[in-house]
Formats: sequence, C-alpha cells, structure tokens
Amino acid sequence: MKRSKTMELGVGLFVLAGILGLVFLGLSVSGLNNGLSSTSFTLKADFADIGGLKKGSRVTMAGVPIGKVKSVELDQEWFDARVTMELNGELEGRLSEDTTAAILTSGLLGEQYIGLTVGGAPDTLEDGDVIHDTQQALVLEELIQQFVSNMASK
Amino acid sequence: MIKQRIASLGKSTLDTFESLGRATIFLCQASIGIPGKEGFHLWLRQMHFIGVMSLAIVLVSGLFIGMVLGLQGYTILVDFGAEDALGQMVSLSLLRELAPVVAALLFAGRAGSALTAEIGLMKATEQLSSMEMIGVDPLRRVVAPRLWAGFVSLPLLTIGFSVVGIWGGYLVGVDWLGVNEGSYWSNMQASVSFIDDVGNGLLKALVFALVVTWIAVFQGYDLVPTSEGISRATTRTVVYSSLAVLGLDFVLTTLMFGEL
Repeated sequence: MKRSKTMELGVGLFVLAGILGLVFLGLSVSGLNNGLSSTSFTLKADFADIGGLKKGSRVTMAGVPIGKVKSVELDQEWFDARVTMELNGELEGRLSEDTTAAILTSGLLGEQYIGLTVGGAPDTLEDGDVIHDTQQALVLEELIQQFVSNMASK
Repeated sequence: MIKQRIASLGKSTLDTFESLGRATIFLCQASIGIPGKEGFHLWLRQMHFIGVMSLAIVLVSGLFIGMVLGLQGYTILVDFGAEDALGQMVSLSLLRELAPVVAALLFAGRAGSALTAEIGLMKATEQLSSMEMIGVDPLRRVVAPRLWAGFVSLPLLTIGFSVVGIWGGYLVGVDWLGVNEGSYWSNMQASVSFIDDVGNGLLKALVFALVVTWIAVFQGYDLVPTSEGISRATTRTVVYSSLAVLGLDFVLTTLMFGEL
C-alpha cells in the first residue's frame, strides 16, 4: 500500500510538471500575456506601408509593451493599411490626441512592431479613435534605391 | 513459376491487410472500455512505468539537444549578425519538430519495446489465455491501461522536452556565449504562436503517442509465442514505430506548416 502511494505521488507530480510546462510554454515562450491587463481598448491607425507587421505584433510605448496588433486590413477607399491595436485598458483616456504611431524594427533583422509616442494636446484618445500622425515602416529596398539614386546624381 | 510468384504476392498483400484490420479492431476493443476504480489503479501503475520512469532519459536528451541547438544556431547566426534570433530558432525547432519526434523515438525505444516484451511474455507463458479462462478480458485488464498510459504520457514528456530544451539553449546561448537575454526571450515571444506552434507540436505528440503505443501493444499481443517470436516482435516495435513517427511527421508538417 505504501508503495502504491509513492507511485501515485510520482504520477501526480509528473502530470503537474506537464501542466506547469505547458503554462510556461504559453506565458514565457509564446508570450500570451503581451503586456495586456484584463481590460483593453482599441485604437486604429492608418499607415502608408506596414512592412512586415502582422496580427499579434507588439505595440510599445517608450519600449514597454502595452498591447498588440489585433488586425491588419486594407482600406478600400484610400488604399492604405488600417491597423487595429488592442491596448492596455489603464491607458484609456490618457493618451493625448496628437499621439504618433511609428512602425519600428527591433535590431537590423528583427521583427517589426508599433511604437507610440505621446504628444502634448489636452484632448485624449478614446476607444475606437484613429491615430492620424503615423510613420510608415522602413523598407530596405526603398532605402537602397534612394541611396543608389543619390549616388548617381552626384 | 510466375503463377507461384503472383500467388505469394497476393498472399503477402492479404496478410498485410488482415494484420492491419486485426490491429484496428484490437485498438477499438482495447481503448473503448471505460475503466472503473480498479482500472484506474492499473492505469496509474502503467503511468508510473511508462511516463515517470521515461522522464529521466527524455529530459536529459532534451537538455543536450537544446544546448546543441544553442551552440550550432549561434555559430551560424553570428555570421549574419543575427544572433539575437537565437531564441526564436531554438524554440521553433524544438516546439515544431524536435521535441515531438525525438521524444517519440526515445519513447518507442524506452517504453514501447518494454511493452511488447512484457505482453509478449504474458502470451508465451499463456497468462493471457488463462485470464480469458477465468473470465477476465485481457484486453481490458492488460492492454487498455497500457494504451491509455501511453496516450497521456508522451504529450506530457514532449512538453517537458521542449521546456528543458529551451532552457538548455538559454544556458549555452545567453549564459555562455553572451547573447542578450532580453532579445533571446523577446524574439521568441514575438515569433512563437501558442496555437500554431505549441498547439500543433502537441497535436503531433498526441498522434505519435497513439501510433507508438498502438504498435508496441499490438506487436506484443499478436506475436508468435516463442522466445524468438518475442525478440522479433520487440525489434519490429522499435523499427515500425520509428518509421511511422518519421513518416507521419513529414505528413503532419506539410499539413500544419506547409501552407497547403
């Protein structure tokens, strides 16, 4: 009987370790808690070019993750990219209206993410508002093209 | 002469299909029985042997594979100045491919062969037919707990393999070779998706668990009850399950990640 108890304990620990491992894979490896608290609000932003931005990409402010990209779609009217972001609910009503959004790259070859920078306007952004002042992604080909045409004109 | 050849071809085809059919019926009969309290204890005993006792070999292999991935990945990526992507490389290769496949291969060698030999010896010493004689169904008493223990153990072992492997990659990459710790984790978190990578890896592990345990138990149940038969069946278990795991892995990878 004693032997069976240690066996039960061993199997229980094994299953528990498996579940803890899965939680670790979820939280630490796939980053399911992307800086999001339980409440969230959405903001939209229009970009001329989003480069490699995808659904699930990080949204940061001063480098701190505060949300993620919820969806990316093409605006059928203006033919630019409309990005919907899901942000930490605590920030609702605290970002100034002239907040800017830029698509940044982490490292030279890293993934792309959105960086928000607050402005100084007294009015604030509410749920569902659109950020107008945006900076498109740096596309390497365009940079090289610019560089080459600059060299050629000299 | 030719007629004989054709006849033997036909015989081997029929034999193959017959044994496939037997194996399918066997799987259905064995896994369908809902275990009672007694069944739970039998299952627990098998979980201990199949799962807990396999933990050591699986975790140690996972650690070394993660460390090798960290080392090899670093020497390749540093040429492109992209050693920050090490975490992404280590975690994706472990979660998608290496953990399910290597854990299944180790599982086939460590637990599968033991299952075949155990059940085979029971058959050779006529324990199985004695059970039938006294009215105990050997499929429910002997086979079902082993099957279910295998189905549950291998996915858990695969999770353990991934976790330890990612930690091994961290050990070599960050602690030893000096990759930035923040970029190791943040690149990983940005590129690993829970459903697509962790979930699909687990799905693979489930399929492999089914296949490996099924092959092991069926080979034991269906063998020729002699000492030679047991040794043949044990070999067949390891060979068939390794081939099945590697072949199925390709099929599953094309379905999951091949964007077909």
